[in-house]
Amino acid sequence: MSTTKFTDNQLQSIIGNVLRYGVLSALTVTLLGGIILLAKDSQQVVSFSTFVEKDQNLFVVFKTILQGIKDWNGESIIFLGILLLFLTPALRLLLSLFSFILEKDAMYVVITLIVIAVIILSVSFGFSH
Amino acid sequence: MSLLTFILIMFLGAFAAGFIGSLSGLGGGIIIIPLLSVFLGVDMHYAIGTALVAVIATSSGSASAYVREGITNMRLGMFLEIATTIGAVVGALISTNAPTSLLAIIFGATLIFSSLNSIRKKEDHLILPEQGSTLAKKLKLAGNYPTASGEKVHYSMTNILGGFSMMGVAGMMSGLLGIGSGAFKVIAMDTIMKVPFKVSTTTSNFMMGVTAIASSVIYIQKGYIEPSICMPVIIGVLIGSMVGAKVLMKANTKKLKLFFAVLIFIIALNMIYNGITGKI
Repeated sequence: MSTTKFTDNQLQSIIGNVLRYGVLSALTVTLLGGIILLAKDSQQVVSFSTFVEKDQNLFVVFKTILQGIKDWNGESIIFLGILLLFLTPALRLLLSLFSFILEKDAMYVVITLIVIAVIILSVSFGFSH
Repeated sequence: MSLLTFILIMFLGAFAAGFIGSLSGLGGGIIIIPLLSVFLGVDMHYAIGTALVAVIATSSGSASAYVREGITNMRLGMFLEIATTIGAVVGALISTNAPTSLLAIIFGATLIFSSLNSIRKKEDHLILPEQGSTLAKKLKLAGNYPTASGEKVHYSMTNILGGFSMMGVAGMMSGLLGIGSGAFKVIAMDTIMKVPFKVSTTTSNFMMGVTAIASSVIYIQKGYIEPSICMPVIIGVLIGSMVGAKVLMKANTKKLKLFFAVLIFIIALNMIYNGITGKI
């Protein structure tokens, strides 16, 4: 029992750090992208009053972002920051999975896998086929 | 409007949203939406996408502290995330197909519900481990948390299925509107499952990030996430909620809470009106 407690506390501290540094790095990248965006197009006229629906596969979105980062496109760098922000809880989920495997807690390994499966399935729900 | 002006206004607005969200206990995301859609004329879909990003930023930021203190019940969070993620996917799919004016009406109603809930007097429960329900025992949901004096409080819970279903609703509202659905989660854990207050608030916060990625995947693919709006909002909301948390420790929160609840109530009515007349 005492060994489980030990890993539990360790895990809590690791997860706490992942969340903290994840948010910090996401913020840094977002801010950097913002500065680049403003340096280039601060006088550009913008309007977001009408929604332009897109139907892009997640992987197409990633590709566009990577392409944009190569060209030092501010918007793409901001998007990378936002993706890092989304990845923070995802990483937390994987860490929980590993800890339940280490604790040999089969029931919670299955529960965590169900949650991961729902998220993966939502990728394919996202765009109309 | 030039990009620079837009970003500056967004930043100030997001700061105010984070500040009010933290003082009122409603969270920054739910205040971002009326700010963007009612005051700045941004389309509701972009507002929803931006709010979701703000929710992930503020919840992950504060969850990091709670997890380290050992108050968060990670098993409870993981189990309930099955309900919230499924709900979030359903909600996000409804959101991408629903007309904007309908979203505005649903949002207004949720806002009224949340603001009433924030001023309601809440009862703290403590179910001792041996009094917990059979399902709580099977799922190993009992836990403990340290008090300020270092003692450990042991607790369990009851009515797991009722709480699980309510969490599905919370997840759906989160996916539909891009909000953290704190008010719905509190009802599921405090009122239905009788989880101690300290554990339910931190665990609810802990769950927001994972719930949000389930719907964010759909939002990204549909184009809800607009970098130029999100950038100033993430930064503004985070700073605003930190300042709000500082003020919260010093100020008389009862009067402030009432003031913001009334303010939010008026904004909500305005959104419902705009939705019905088709202006949003």
